[in-house]
Amino acid sequence: MTPFLEVRDMKKQCGAVKAVDGVAMSVGPGEIVGVIGPNGSGKTTLGQIKPTAGSVEFCGEDITGMSPLELSRRGVGRTFQTLQVFVKLSVRDNLIAAAQEFKGTMPGRLFAAPDAGLGHHADEMIELFRLKHVAYLPAGSLSYGQQKLIDIAMAFMPAPRLVLLDEPCAGVNPSLVDQLHDLLVELNKTQGGSFVVIEHNMDFIMKLCPHVVCMVEGKVLAEGPPKEVQSNRQVLEAYLGN
Amino acid sequence: MADFLQLIISGTATGAIYALCALGFTLLWQASGTINFAQGEFVMLPAFMMLFFINTAGLPLWLAFLLTCLVAMLLLGYTFKRVIVDPLIRHGVIPMVIATLGLSIGVKQLTKAGVTAQAMPFNSPFPDGLLALGDFKVSYADIGTLLMAGLIVIGLQLFLNRTVTGRAMQAVAQNTDAAKVLGINVQRMVLYVFLINAVLAVVAALLVTPTYLAKFDMGESIGLKAFYAAIIGGFNQTRGALLGGVLVGVLENLTGAYISPAYKEGVALLLFLVVICSRSTRSCRYSSRTTAST
Amino acid sequence: MTLLCVYLMAAFGLNLIVGYAGQMSIGQAAFYGIGAYIAGILMVKMGISFWLVLPIAAVACFAIGLALGFPALRVQHHYLAFATLGFNVLVFLVMRNEEQLTGGTFGISNIPRPSLFGWSLDGALPFFYFAFASVIILALVLWWLLRSPWGRAFAALRDNPIRAESTGVNITAYTLLAFAIGAACAGIGGVYLAALVNFIEPGQFHLSVSLMMLLAVIVGGSGRFFGPVLGSVVVILLPEWLRFLQDWYLAIFGFAVIVLMVFLPGGLLSLADRFKARGAAK
Repeated sequence: MTPFLEVRDMKKQCGAVKAVDGVAMSVGPGEIVGVIGPNGSGKTTLGQIKPTAGSVEFCGEDITGMSPLELSRRGVGRTFQTLQVFVKLSVRDNLIAAAQEFKGTMPGRLFAAPDAGLGHHADEMIELFRLKHVAYLPAGSLSYGQQKLIDIAMAFMPAPRLVLLDEPCAGVNPSLVDQLHDLLVELNKTQGGSFVVIEHNMDFIMKLCPHVVCMVEGKVLAEGPPKEVQSNRQVLEAYLGN
Repeated sequence: MADFLQLIISGTATGAIYALCALGFTLLWQASGTINFAQGEFVMLPAFMMLFFINTAGLPLWLAFLLTCLVAMLLLGYTFKRVIVDPLIRHGVIPMVIATLGLSIGVKQLTKAGVTAQAMPFNSPFPDGLLALGDFKVSYADIGTLLMAGLIVIGLQLFLNRTVTGRAMQAVAQNTDAAKVLGINVQRMVLYVFLINAVLAVVAALLVTPTYLAKFDMGESIGLKAFYAAIIGGFNQTRGALLGGVLVGVLENLTGAYISPAYKEGVALLLFLVVICSRSTRSCRYSSRTTAST
Repeated sequence: MTLLCVYLMAAFGLNLIVGYAGQMSIGQAAFYGIGAYIAGILMVKMGISFWLVLPIAAVACFAIGLALGFPALRVQHHYLAFATLGFNVLVFLVMRNEEQLTGGTFGISNIPRPSLFGWSLDGALPFFYFAFASVIILALVLWWLLRSPWGRAFAALRDNPIRAESTGVNITAYTLLAFAIGAACAGIGGVYLAALVNFIEPGQFHLSVSLMMLLAVIVGGSGRFFGPVLGSVVVILLPEWLRFLQDWYLAIFGFAVIVLMVFLPGGLLSLADRFKARGAAK
């Protein structure tokens, strides 16, 4: 059986720097895989899947170097390390915008209802993310944490088969981190998609992901269940220095 | 053949003037991200200033030129930067473009309403007549223009590449943040660029006005040509701007003589459109990266 | 007043491009002119009816918009702006120089006005009502377009093209469409203009007209539905009322634009928002 997502010997060279140097990993259906590593270890570069060598396969199809548009069409969604919401649209419109392109054809959408038949779904998602009180405010006027939630909710709106979460906890306060954890567990259960979570908040990853990959200097240092990775001496050294 | 060479030379002379404006245009863009749609008016205004100093104050041309340089640096350099560019730079490219458009219209109409709507003659700094080498004739004005523009450009290149200040200015153009970290006074360097732009405009005015005559709308076509030149030359390369300027000038002359005077502007324009279309495919990656960072 | 209605058609189209899809176009007058010249040539020289010319001009401008936008739009902002600027100059040159087709600097005169269900619209007042009704219909169509999922996609790619692409918005297709629809609006406006003034010549479609229209849209408030209305009033009606100012009007206008950009980059209509925000803060 071909695995759900398979990364083979990925390499990325940026000038003289090897940002990613021969990484291989695989993700099964519905699995949550965490990628940890100190700053500059190549986590985010890995997530861009635009390598100089190696390949990425999704459901048996080679998706190496595909544009974000092509990826989204194949059911690969993502969130961003930095805030990327539609600042002038309301929260609800942000969510609808994130999913409407998957409904019907482009000319068909011109004549569709203004909410593209997604209003109800968006409301559910708003409920789940506890954003109801701000649903009709422009996203740009909200706090950083709220925008982060919108960003994540947007990725899940079209119910993608694979979601790439790039630093979901960056700049988020601890109580919101807990909320995020619960949300991701819940969404994993209801939507059944696979997640790849890139993050350097150790506790978050250890709690959320049954399988963890630790990267240092562009290479996979350790891989396995959280306990194992956590007790790996090399990992501890990389994190704490010696 | 001699005709052809003459056309090339006089085209290069006109082109050199465009190149001066285009150079200022690119420098402004590099240093501060300003697209100055009033660049043509920056040439028109000094032309009138010089006329004022010569006709009303009765000064000789060289003194009028120097005084105009000073006034232009103050007005089109310092004031332009402080009053228009500095407050608008935060809002991005579009408000800046709109404001310079407003400036262009405002200055133009102010000149028309407040000074004169007539075209004013302007004496050339160079002697009349032709230098004849057998069949081959070149006007002194063309030679003078080429020499002067060439000197200015070489001087500017030397300044940018050989002096500490010049290198600091290049550093600012390439990476403002890094330059700041290195302790370069970014604001001052940007100001220098604005001052240089103002002087370049005055020189261009001195060279172009004898043929174009001083008129409130003379800046329109000069601004447009400088704009073509800057884009054809690559938009963020100073050398490109020079090459673009000369190319536009020469093409214009050749088209006017051999194809049709009515489409004099047409060929440069076509080249401009072709460059845009081809460049858009090449710089795709670059631009997606810059949008990502904003 | 009728001129205002006609101008508004093109300005609404430009607002779609600039305000909603976040692109810069400095060539709206070219499409305005193409519409007008199509009307002039087809109606005067071939005697084709106004009602047939209208869709022809709209479709032609739409198609030209697609053809122009496709290469330029693969990159954002600057290049579309530059390409439209060049296109405008080129169109102007063709209009001025192809005398057989366009009448050169003499233009095309005696363009007839249409009639509606047997009523002649020759008089100034009937034609005003006609143009007024038409601009309202056009505005309603655009309003409906912007409320549809398409409008949301336009806003999404204006606010954040990168995010939009990763959520499946085909940014190239949508930007191109916005641009072409905006161009078609200008083409329609051009046909009305030709019928209104009966006489067209290249000077009416000079690059400066495009620049003025861009100023009108942004001064009014781009990305706001009624922004172009206010902007067009400032650009078209005020100079009529303030005729005693003559050339000074544009001079003042030019400097006022700078002041406006410095203090209110969102345009005049954003004043209302600012007051609201201040009220809310108290």
